[in-house]
Amino acid sequence: MIVAERKPIEEILQMIAPYKKVLLAGCGTCVTICWTGGEKEVGILASQLRLARGKEGDKADTVEATVERQCEKEMVEELRDKVDGVEAVLSLACGAGIQTIAEVFEDKPVFPAVNTTFLGSPEGEGVWLENCGACGDCFLDRTGGICPMVRCAKGILNGPCGGTRKGGKCEIDPDKDCGWVLIYRRLEKQGRLDLMRKYYPPKNFRVVKRPGKMQAIKA
Amino acid sequence: MNGEIIAFCCEHSAYAAADVVGKQGLHYPEKLRVIRVPCAGRVDIIHMLKALEEGAAAVLVLGCEDGLCQHLTGNVRAKERVKYSETLLTEVGIDGGRVGMFNLAANAPHKFIKIINEVNDRIKERERENDSR
Amino acid sequence: MARDFRETLKTKDFIVTAEAAPTKGSSVERSLEHIELLKDKVDALNVTDNQSSVMRYPSVGICLLIKEHGGEAVLQVTCRDRNRLAIQADLLFAWSRGVRNVLCLTGDSIDVGDHKEAKPVFDLESAQLIHLVHTLNSGKDMAGNELNGGTDFCIGTTATPSADPIEPQLVKVQKKLEAGVDFIQTQAVYDLDELKRFMEFVRKHDQKVKVLLGIVPVVGAKMAQYMNDNVPGIFVPQYIIDELAQAPKGTGITKGVEIAARLIRKAKEEKLCDGAHIMFIGKEERVPEILEAAGLL
Repeated sequence: MIVAERKPIEEILQMIAPYKKVLLAGCGTCVTICWTGGEKEVGILASQLRLARGKEGDKADTVEATVERQCEKEMVEELRDKVDGVEAVLSLACGAGIQTIAEVFEDKPVFPAVNTTFLGSPEGEGVWLENCGACGDCFLDRTGGICPMVRCAKGILNGPCGGTRKGGKCEIDPDKDCGWVLIYRRLEKQGRLDLMRKYYPPKNFRVVKRPGKMQAIKA
Repeated sequence: MNGEIIAFCCEHSAYAAADVVGKQGLHYPEKLRVIRVPCAGRVDIIHMLKALEEGAAAVLVLGCEDGLCQHLTGNVRAKERVKYSETLLTEVGIDGGRVGMFNLAANAPHKFIKIINEVNDRIKERERENDSR
Repeated sequence: MARDFRETLKTKDFIVTAEAAPTKGSSVERSLEHIELLKDKVDALNVTDNQSSVMRYPSVGICLLIKEHGGEAVLQVTCRDRNRLAIQADLLFAWSRGVRNVLCLTGDSIDVGDHKEAKPVFDLESAQLIHLVHTLNSGKDMAGNELNGGTDFCIGTTATPSADPIEPQLVKVQKKLEAGVDFIQTQAVYDLDELKRFMEFVRKHDQKVKVLLGIVPVVGAKMAQYMNDNVPGIFVPQYIIDELAQAPKGTGITKGVEIAARLIRKAKEEKLCDGAHIMFIGKEERVPEILEAAGLL
């Protein structure tokens, strides 16, 4: 799922400073799961904004709404009445959701209250780890199901690099595992180290030309 | 809720203690408003923030002593939420000390009064500081 | 005039290389001092490429300076800052100006350097880079086009014998050997048993490649600890940290030189490998002391 984190509050306050009435729009899917932009978080952020602006004697008028999936135009359309009544929209959805709102309500300033960071899975309660780089050229068959594009900090295809820390931790972050050590251990467990011993030529980085586009077949 | 001290009290501990305070006619600050909850863990972040929005001077969560929560981890979760609320308040320039978590047992009415009085004293001190600015 | 490094690798018993790191700035004065000091004392001078992800004068620039002053240069190329087009272009330039030796590296991460917000490239990594150089050497580019003038680089790479765990690292080493390298300059090794284990593995797959033991002198217990925590690929063992801690105040550098020379001498006497590569960052002027103490001058 898509993981996002709330922006620093100062950034958010600055973005909406010129606006008296703001709609805080949440999303019921990915950002709800990672506790960043669901209905609950919308309520908390709205309260914080009211407290912050109330402190300065500046009454902030906030409207709160959460749609099931903010990246769907039809669902975002449901917010029309609320959007019409505000001066700006502060979206807590991922970048896809924020842009959908911006596109559907083209004349309304739309601001991101969160930073969309990665595609990942929960590693533990409240902890998410990136595990897919959306590179368009999936390599997981050759690495025992561990993505070298993002589990390896340098995204190399023939790893590990020479910087692995003691105990198999990553050169960049001692709290993270070296992706290639993980791949080694996984393939060793399965008796398929021959996959890692193979040389992989340079990656095709142009499989997905940004912005990526896909036409699904209508059945 | 103007200037009130809102106290969310767990019915197994703090609320029972508050009850004794009432029955024994012990003194506590006028501005105290006790709200009974089945467990401290029932109180969520939005409750604390909204109470402050509506003018509460302070919001307290009072639950069972460590290890004695009837719902096992309600008081632990409450503590985490109070801590998080503190950071959310500090972020927007509001004194994080206006929320707080306290643990006590049902048979501790004097501890209840002590907690409320200390909170009240801090509120008064803060008011004095604000006035003198 | 320095001897062609490829020739040296073929014929010399114990090969010695050192580093002439570029400095930050357009001035090459300091680098020139180091070049003058070392060019006749070692078989080749490596020039690092934005070492530790800190922006510096380009490697190829100092390589040209070395050539101009009669030394032999090894161009270090990392994959962190350039994509495959830029790397191929840079190598064609280097070859055209007399640079004959290339060390292929993946490169330290952006985060250990001083431009921490830069975009890392890593279009390739070291094994793919080795293949790339072979491709240029065969007169073609990576897209299969014939070159109007190719190259014939002597190819080297690095390895980390102290890696823990070692097995994944050796998988990578094997790929590099299979890609074909003329020499390996290892990351710093302080425990010669690690070197022995490494050599056993290398010789199983390639009897001809020359392996030069990486020497990074450590001049204090604190520095050793810092390097362990912050410099990728370096693991100073506790007993060396202890030895450094016990050295009297002010004798840190001397102790570091002593330990370095000791390692080189032992490696040479016991024929553990084919040479040494000395990396005394920031203290290049003390390299001759190490060479002397190791009996290499």
